[in-house]
Amino acid sequence: MERRAKSDERGGAETVLAHGPIPDAPTRRAPRRRRRSTFVEKTLRGLGEAFERSLYSEEVGGRRGLLQALDPRVKLVGLLLLIVAAAASRRLPVILAVFALGVALALASGIPLRTLLRRVWLGAIVFTGAIALPALFLTPGREVGRLPLVGWAVTAQGLLAAAFLLSRVLTSATLALTLVLTTPWNDVLKALRVLRVPALFVVILGMTYRYIFLLLQTARDMFESRQSRTVGRLDGAESRRVAAASVGVLLGKSFALSNEVYLAMQSRGFRGEVHTLDEFAMTARDWLALAGFSAAAALALWAGVWR
Amino acid sequence: MTRGEPRIEDSGREGTLSTQHSALGTDLAFAVRDLTYRYGVGSAAPALDGVTLAIPRGERVAILGANGSGKSTLLRVLDGLYFPDSGSVEVFGEPLTEERLQEEDFAFAFRRRVALVFQNPDVQLFSPTVFDEIAFGPLQLRWPKDEIRRRVGAMLELLEIAHLKDRAPHRLSGGEKKRVALASVLILDPEVILLDEPTAALDPRSQSQVVDLLIDWGGGARTVITATHDLDTVPEIADRCVVFQGGRIVAEGPPVAILGDEDLLRRTNLIHAHRHLHADGRMHYHPHPHARHDH
Repeated sequence: MERRAKSDERGGAETVLAHGPIPDAPTRRAPRRRRRSTFVEKTLRGLGEAFERSLYSEEVGGRRGLLQALDPRVKLVGLLLLIVAAAASRRLPVILAVFALGVALALASGIPLRTLLRRVWLGAIVFTGAIALPALFLTPGREVGRLPLVGWAVTAQGLLAAAFLLSRVLTSATLALTLVLTTPWNDVLKALRVLRVPALFVVILGMTYRYIFLLLQTARDMFESRQSRTVGRLDGAESRRVAAASVGVLLGKSFALSNEVYLAMQSRGFRGEVHTLDEFAMTARDWLALAGFSAAAALALWAGVWR
Repeated sequence: MTRGEPRIEDSGREGTLSTQHSALGTDLAFAVRDLTYRYGVGSAAPALDGVTLAIPRGERVAILGANGSGKSTLLRVLDGLYFPDSGSVEVFGEPLTEERLQEEDFAFAFRRRVALVFQNPDVQLFSPTVFDEIAFGPLQLRWPKDEIRRRVGAMLELLEIAHLKDRAPHRLSGGEKKRVALASVLILDPEVILLDEPTAALDPRSQSQVVDLLIDWGGGARTVITATHDLDTVPEIADRCVVFQGGRIVAEGPPVAILGDEDLLRRTNLIHAHRHLHADGRMHYHPHPHARHDH
């Protein structure tokens, strides 16, 4: 049987080859230059990266580290206190000290510096830098230098304002990423209940997060299917048509899915009111950590605001 | 599975309701009379057309039919998710209507006693983790939280999915998702379980696990209504078959009679002529039910 199958395969290939190349197929060798990614390829790559980021977050969250061992509510409240202290501080060294504390916490929790650099600092520097740049020239004050070629004056007050903005953003983003990377997203959402966020809102966020992955998977399947049937590059108009059609199909699928999910919830007794199970339990270590976070935030507020 | 364990009616609100509704003295789990249902006002053909069906308590029924024959729609009507355009449905002797399900006591008792496993587990697994998913139903029915934790733990062990407790549903395989979906309704310990294609898209091992679970579940004391077109599993999971075509019942009978009627199965698209290869290398076309293959 196996011999027959192999013979059939060979026979099939011979039959195709006997007909020669497909008439319209390009026969000349393509010029040796780097081919630009198509719209479909770029979309697929983006979807793949989204899955990778999620996997990486789960992997870091599962590592043994300082913050991973703490109750999510302690991490949420503690890191939020530090963000508030950094945002409120009027002294640059205090903000930088909170930033250093954030980096130390990240390192102690197994988050490498290159992750912080790639996922937080580069983006924060580029985007916040773009916002802060005009402040260098527009803020009135003592001139400390001039920009070459255009000759615009850079003021000391402008530099300080830009440094404040940049350091606050870097600190807040570092602390936020540290929280998200060391805590499963579902626990972060559940921990929001301690801040009196309504249960319905938390449940909706949880379901949104859960179904994002299903839609990502659906989108990836759709684009892979499209790619498998696409030869060459799509022009701009065709790419836009594919994108619009895909968005439409995904919207239709998500609408149908939401109806089905609602029926499934009803089937198990959901009547519009959300009931949840709180599984967190504070230990002595958690209380100690909460005291530490509170003390650090209070110290930063005292040194940066009230002193 | 949960035989021998105390029923949850013993605690809290469910006790009162269950006692109240146990007065629904009838031997029928469902009585469906001349049921018609259409998807939307403008749809040409009804999804269910003049269906009359009685399902006694404790009976295991297979609803057979090709895609689009009305199986899933019937299950949704029986689960009080869709309501008939005409005709009536009774559950344990009481009318099952939209108005009755607005009554909190009736709704609690009904959801406690009748549960549906959807065909697509992704629809049913909407919670962030497996643990939350299994706890969802009991939480909505306001079981005591300690009891819920205990029951969820027991259910995870029973279905051998304790290691998945903290996993997100999108990280599970198809078989794991199906087992979690089953766990999420079996934890309610319902008297009636409605299953929509329980073995669809599962690998053979997962199929076998699901079938074994359904055979063992309730020790035969529960009503199990399974919509399927997988004829292989029917003799194991059903005492009676009801065959649907175009929203109508076209045949009823014991599995051996229904599966033996090749003409009926071919007419209702449950079997087909297909090509297959024999050990001697012959390849030919002929129809046969997938439940048996004698040559």
